[in-house]
Amino acid sequence: MTVELAYAVILALGAAFIGGLVGGFALMRRMSLAGDAVSHIALPGLGMALLLKFNPLLGAAFTLLLGALLIWRLETQTRLDAEAVVGVVFSASLALGGLLTPRDDLVEALFGSFRPPSALEFVAAALLTLAILIGLYRWKDGFVLNLFSSELAASIGLNRSQLDLAFSIIFAMTVLLVLRFLGALLAGALIVIPPAVARHWTSRLHPFFAISAIVSVGSVAGGAGFAAYRNVSLGPAVVMVASGAFVLSILFRRRPIPSR
Amino acid sequence: MTPRTGGVYGALRQRRLPPEESDMAVILSVKDLTVVIDGRTILEGVTFDLEQGSNLAIIGPNGSGKTVLLRCLLGIMPYSGVVHWASGVKRGYVPQRVDADRQLPLTIGELLHAKCRVMHFPLTELQSVEELVGLTPDILNSPVGSLSGGQFQKSLIAFALLGRPEVMLLDEPTTSLDQLTEERVYELMHRLQQKLGLTFIVVSHDLTMVYRYANQVLCLNRQGLCFGPPKEVLTPQALQTLYGEHHHFYEHHHGS
Repeated sequence: MTVELAYAVILALGAAFIGGLVGGFALMRRMSLAGDAVSHIALPGLGMALLLKFNPLLGAAFTLLLGALLIWRLETQTRLDAEAVVGVVFSASLALGGLLTPRDDLVEALFGSFRPPSALEFVAAALLTLAILIGLYRWKDGFVLNLFSSELAASIGLNRSQLDLAFSIIFAMTVLLVLRFLGALLAGALIVIPPAVARHWTSRLHPFFAISAIVSVGSVAGGAGFAAYRNVSLGPAVVMVASGAFVLSILFRRRPIPSR
Repeated sequence: MTPRTGGVYGALRQRRLPPEESDMAVILSVKDLTVVIDGRTILEGVTFDLEQGSNLAIIGPNGSGKTVLLRCLLGIMPYSGVVHWASGVKRGYVPQRVDADRQLPLTIGELLHAKCRVMHFPLTELQSVEELVGLTPDILNSPVGSLSGGQFQKSLIAFALLGRPEVMLLDEPTTSLDQLTEERVYELMHRLQQKLGLTFIVVSHDLTMVYRYANQVLCLNRQGLCFGPPKEVLTPQALQTLYGEHHHFYEHHHGS
């Protein structure tokens, strides 16, 4: 294995790990659907960057942050409005991105690849991964209390709006890290599927996050192996492995189906 | 118009207070509290003082501003006027409803741990609260969505008690409970008050419980209509003014 490839593997597994954790919070907040679509908003940024010849991930980071701010603002609005706006904005941005992105790059932008990172990319992504881990560790209890009851959280002095913003940014940056491998269409899937698997297996907080992270890392490892072996796109392979785990978790669920 | 506390304390209060709490320090002073939301006046000129160790019941018809008053006292919504707590007073809050997702992968024990860590309390604090409230390992290990109403309410009270607050604010703590469970929750609150000398501020819809446990009552219908010991201020006329014609219905409503 070349050093470059090792770098790519480290980044992919790191991204998968935080994807599983962040996805856990997204599932608990019931924002899986919006979360899944967030990755689409990266595409116009990617396309614009490819056209203007600067690092596509910078472009993606920019539009993803805009998307995170949009979701953060919308969470204070009524649910129905928010869902409609999320649907419109994200499919519109997918369409816009599809128009902007050069034909030759479109498949990779949509479905991801295992292209080795430059040294600079590696350092930046590793630092971002580390920052997200620290942020999660720092705010996890606040996130949990806030999603249990924002009123109780406020009563013990937690700032709901700040916590929501912190989570939105962490979420967007996690999507960015996953995006590199899975592409704008499928990045969200890795964040949505592993916690759904974990939820079938446990009703306790820490096992939930642990299982989610393991399923996520396992899906990327398994998917990468399969993609290399059959020479297919990485993103679809990873998402198929994760979906397989989801089906298994339904067949062999430990938690009884709730009565309501 | 606005009632104020005099120096009147009912016989009830004298009996219930532990001796060391007998100095009647004012723990909360509210003056001219007014809340206007979207041009609608929710609270207007509410004024009262509360002594440490009191058990204040806030009563009033639906939409009379009880919950809003509680949230102002907690400082989690904007208001005009003065809400002044004695310095260093910590508050524990039990909201009326927690719309916690029943599917959350989260146990009561984990929830309490989270509060301990956020507030930097030692975990010994947790044990003493669990004993105080009577939270069994069974309840602690249950996911939040699988508890009965009474267990859930107990857990919320334990959550509020973490950090040793001097004041507990509860918003209709027994709304969704059957009568037996309701009485148990009130007894738990009463026991806590006696044991810890806490001040209680309870929004209540149940006049029976108000008569039994409260030593101060605030009648609220946008304005404070009466304030004082229940036996003195809850006259038939006062209830008539507060609830309108149908107060008899209201009084016998609970347990239905």
